[in-house]
Amino acid sequence: MADQPTAAERFIQGILPENPVYRQLLGLCPTLAVTNGLKAAITMSAAVLFVLFCANVIVSLIRNLLKPHLRIVIFTLTIATFVTFADRFLAAYVYQMSKVLGPYIPLIIVNCLIICRCEVCASKQGVVTAGADAIGQSLGFCLALCSIAAVRELLGTGMLFDIRVLPVVWPDWVIMVLPPGAFLTFGLLLGLVNWYSDRRAAAAGGK
Amino acid sequence: MISYLIDIFLIGIGAALINNFVLYYFVGICPFVGVSRKISTAFGMGCAVIFVIAIAAVISWAITTYVLMPGALLSRTVAGLFVPPETAAGIDLTILSYIVYIFAISSSVQFVEMYVRKFFPPLYKALGVYLPLITTNCAILFACLVIMSKITGVDNPADAWDLGRALTLAVGGGIGFTIAIVIMAGIREELDLCDVPKPFKGVAISLIVAGILSLGFMGFTGVDSGLRKAMMPKPEVVAQVQPEAEAGK
Repeated sequence: MADQPTAAERFIQGILPENPVYRQLLGLCPTLAVTNGLKAAITMSAAVLFVLFCANVIVSLIRNLLKPHLRIVIFTLTIATFVTFADRFLAAYVYQMSKVLGPYIPLIIVNCLIICRCEVCASKQGVVTAGADAIGQSLGFCLALCSIAAVRELLGTGMLFDIRVLPVVWPDWVIMVLPPGAFLTFGLLLGLVNWYSDRRAAAAGGK
Repeated sequence: MISYLIDIFLIGIGAALINNFVLYYFVGICPFVGVSRKISTAFGMGCAVIFVIAIAAVISWAITTYVLMPGALLSRTVAGLFVPPETAAGIDLTILSYIVYIFAISSSVQFVEMYVRKFFPPLYKALGVYLPLITTNCAILFACLVIMSKITGVDNPADAWDLGRALTLAVGGGIGFTIAIVIMAGIREELDLCDVPKPFKGVAISLIVAGILSLGFMGFTGVDSGLRKAMMPKPEVVAQVQPEAEAGK
């Protein structure tokens, strides 16, 4: 266990260095689908945080009982249970938002991000590390979703959190809140992140 | 009868082209980005998805109709053995749906894999590597969820989808996925020869290409209502079927 990262390292790594969306390219369905508004993006991130934290902790607790060939099924069933909790909770307390998110809440079950974290971290390490990993990864996920959602909402409707930011003369780029805008925004931001980290790496190498 | 056939046709077209699973609903993005390097592998993946999505649709339609929906036949009968019939009639197991669907999908993928390996070795060689990946393909679960919403979410029980509609939606969606991923693979094969700026190499440029593709597929918007108007034989039938058009969307 000496070569495994500690809880604090897992937490830090999840946010930027191993950002689940920009670095590992995991969980792309919700990244593209629910980022037409900041509110939807934050609700989605909160749901993912809850599900990932609970699933990671449970998997970490039972990691010694897992049989190798059955582990993926156990992961998905654990995740499905917590997704049902999250779905019912959202439908009870923020009904409008749960209508907007629609099928993308149940689709958290097959989000590769959560299965990947269960496999990479929770099934090998202790509860505290698994919990810290879940929170770090979810914050990274939230950051990525919000960055895309902010660009799309600002350019598409001129608003942030449904409050008008750009002047009224701004011609709304409706295409940004429609499906093509999601692909274009994410592609451009991903290129930007790659360019920035390449430059950082080159600067560090040049010194 | 004729309106039923038109309905089936429009559901299929809608799932395959107008509301394409990948380019409109963003489900199945992971294989769309990951397995779209060569046309042949993309086509293999698409065929495997069509195969599994059809099986999953039949299973989820049967489970939803007979077990999960409020007052479903099978669960009502079983519950009637233990509690009074009037209590049993109010049984509602929809809360279990996500767990049941994902379990049904992953076990059916396992069974399909074993069956194909035993009886159709050439098919297994072609599809084999992709089958396990499909368990976590959102497109399959998404099709199950849409079918569920068309059965439990309708106000009038007579509007609930039958097996034909459910199967058409699923196969149409699978074909739409195949179309999108094969087009993407064709473009990426050409992109390999292009001089793409370094930070955009790989996934970033593919996403931008997908955005342009999605823009192209938006051109199909409204085709379904136009087709429906053109194909409906008499005005009174149009008035009668119009609510279904809303539901079928």
